[in-house]
Amino acid sequence: MTPAVDPGHAGLWTLAWRRLRADRLAMAALAVVAAFLLMVLLSATGLVAADWEDEVAVNFAPPTFLGTPPDAAGTNAAAQAVPDNPFDPLAAELRALRAELAREHPEANAPRRPTLPFGADKWGHDIVAKTVKGGETSIIVGLVAALLAVGLGTLFGAVSGFYGGLVDDFFNWFYSVFTAIPSILMILTVAAVLQQKGVLTIVLILGLTGWTGPYRLIRAEYLRHKAREYVLAADAIGASSWRRMFGHIFPNVSHVALVQLSILVVGFIKAEVILSFLGFGVPVGVVSWGSMLNEAQNELLLGKWWQLTAAAVAMAVLVTAFSLLADALRDALDPKVK
Amino acid sequence: MGVTCCVMRYRYDFSGALAPLPGSVMPAFLLRRLGQMLPTMLGVVLLVFFLFNWVGGDPAYILAGKMSSAEAIANIRRQLGVDQPYYVQLGIFIKQVLTFDFGQSWATGEPVGQIIATRLGPSLTVLVPMTVLETLIGIALALAVAFVRGSLTDRAVMIACTVGMSVSILVYIIVFQYGLAYRLGLFPVQGWSDSFADNLLRYAPLPILIGLTVSIAPTLRLYRSFVLDEVNQDYVRTARAKGLSERRVMWVHVLRNASIPIITHVMANLPALLIGAFLLERFFGIPGIGREVILAVERSDFPVIKAITVCVAAATMVFNLLADLLYRAVDPRVQL
Repeated sequence: MTPAVDPGHAGLWTLAWRRLRADRLAMAALAVVAAFLLMVLLSATGLVAADWEDEVAVNFAPPTFLGTPPDAAGTNAAAQAVPDNPFDPLAAELRALRAELAREHPEANAPRRPTLPFGADKWGHDIVAKTVKGGETSIIVGLVAALLAVGLGTLFGAVSGFYGGLVDDFFNWFYSVFTAIPSILMILTVAAVLQQKGVLTIVLILGLTGWTGPYRLIRAEYLRHKAREYVLAADAIGASSWRRMFGHIFPNVSHVALVQLSILVVGFIKAEVILSFLGFGVPVGVVSWGSMLNEAQNELLLGKWWQLTAAAVAMAVLVTAFSLLADALRDALDPKVK
Repeated sequence: MGVTCCVMRYRYDFSGALAPLPGSVMPAFLLRRLGQMLPTMLGVVLLVFFLFNWVGGDPAYILAGKMSSAEAIANIRRQLGVDQPYYVQLGIFIKQVLTFDFGQSWATGEPVGQIIATRLGPSLTVLVPMTVLETLIGIALALAVAFVRGSLTDRAVMIACTVGMSVSILVYIIVFQYGLAYRLGLFPVQGWSDSFADNLLRYAPLPILIGLTVSIAPTLRLYRSFVLDEVNQDYVRTARAKGLSERRVMWVHVLRNASIPIITHVMANLPALLIGAFLLERFFGIPGIGREVILAVERSDFPVIKAITVCVAAATMVFNLLADLLYRAVDPRVQL
């Protein structure tokens, strides 16, 4: 690479952004990822899907769009109304019972929503809102856990590569211990030990077990950089070790951390879904794509396919876009690597 | 030399220097590698001990259940040795690892060694055919894609792989189990028997099919990169210059060299696969190692998880060593 030919002396990030801009697929992926992140932001601040727990439809309402006329009263009670059977000796009591129920549970008579693109779940919750809320949990878990893992990996890798010697030996030993245990077994083991369930627990599990990949690459980068002239120059003017490591070298290797981050987010979202599905993830009462799939597994046997479809499609779209973006980022930031 | 080789060499090199061995003596290499495995194994034991005896809290409360007297808890603590100081507990655990006697399952009372031994067969019944098929199909597809590298087809296949990898394995399992087994009745929905032939031919095919569907996309991507590492090498140009057909170049010259990282990759990943199939085993009721791990986590059955973690870690290290040896045997250029 010859910077002299480049008139603007464009830096790494400018060049990478130019390469990314030229890749139409990457830009489309970036748009999808941005849309999902915006959705998470709106959902987390309560602007969207805050009312996902409202019963807006009958149990397991199938997908309906405008144009399907809601029933006369548009209420749950009306949907369940059975015409009086003149031969039924208990008809009067049944009517009284229904009236009492309607008095005690006024929410059952709340107006039903006419448009439900993905129907309702077994409590009558709108599945679109539920998917948004579940996405919020899954994506936040994936992002925060990936930040933690990359942060740890960067710190360990920087210290290990920069200082070398015994420090390096220690972290390499630590790395070899963690990689000797397959990651999924590691995750399940830690899940078994940490008895309490919670969003924070699962972030910790994923973050504390996932640092090995970033560590290996960041350490290699620090090994390459620590003897470069600019680092020696920083040393000569009296910059401290930490300043050289994170003030001078880190900006030059941060692209590796960014690519690792984008790869880990994808892996962690998938892992969260599996953990929550198995019941080792988010606690009861918190919805995530994994807990939705868990519910949907049994619903499918009843022929209720919509919750499964909504959660599966939302997750597949996000993960596809994120993976394509991660690939494009790697290509744009590290043009030497195929 | 491929990327994998450097990675492997890197992974086990503690000195940080990539000095080749003098004269590349096999026993010396073996000794050095075994010597490197000891601290790692000790680290695994320490990590597992730290997790279960320190982070995990007092196991007596888990064992005794909710309705328990202080006397019962003290009794259990004495039996487990939890009332001893940490160094004594560590000594007990190391002794367990060395004698391969991890005690009894807290949930069923079955000896842990026996649990692992009996769960290995069902796991392998699914995993061995799956790995063989996956490798063969992966190689064939990777070469086919490498034939047309850079073309629209190549790009489309790679995007299809990314999409295929993005769908959760849970969705594949749920949909395939529901569609192919429950609705169409092509396979039993789940189950396992005592007869090996029955297991292999009746119960294993659907899990194997799903496993292949899930794993073929990442496998194809990886193998394609192995093949593409080779096609730009000098010997490929030489082979073309000799006038060999493209087909012969790919299927004979390139395949031979690309198969080196492929074989070592398969070898090194076998132990992880043993656990990785846990979802298949759980959904299809296959009494394998993976399902045992899930059950143990659900029941807080610590001895079983501890034993499986230590054994799988040991197996991972041994298989990594075997993979390196194999690498060395098939590729004389490699200096370990």
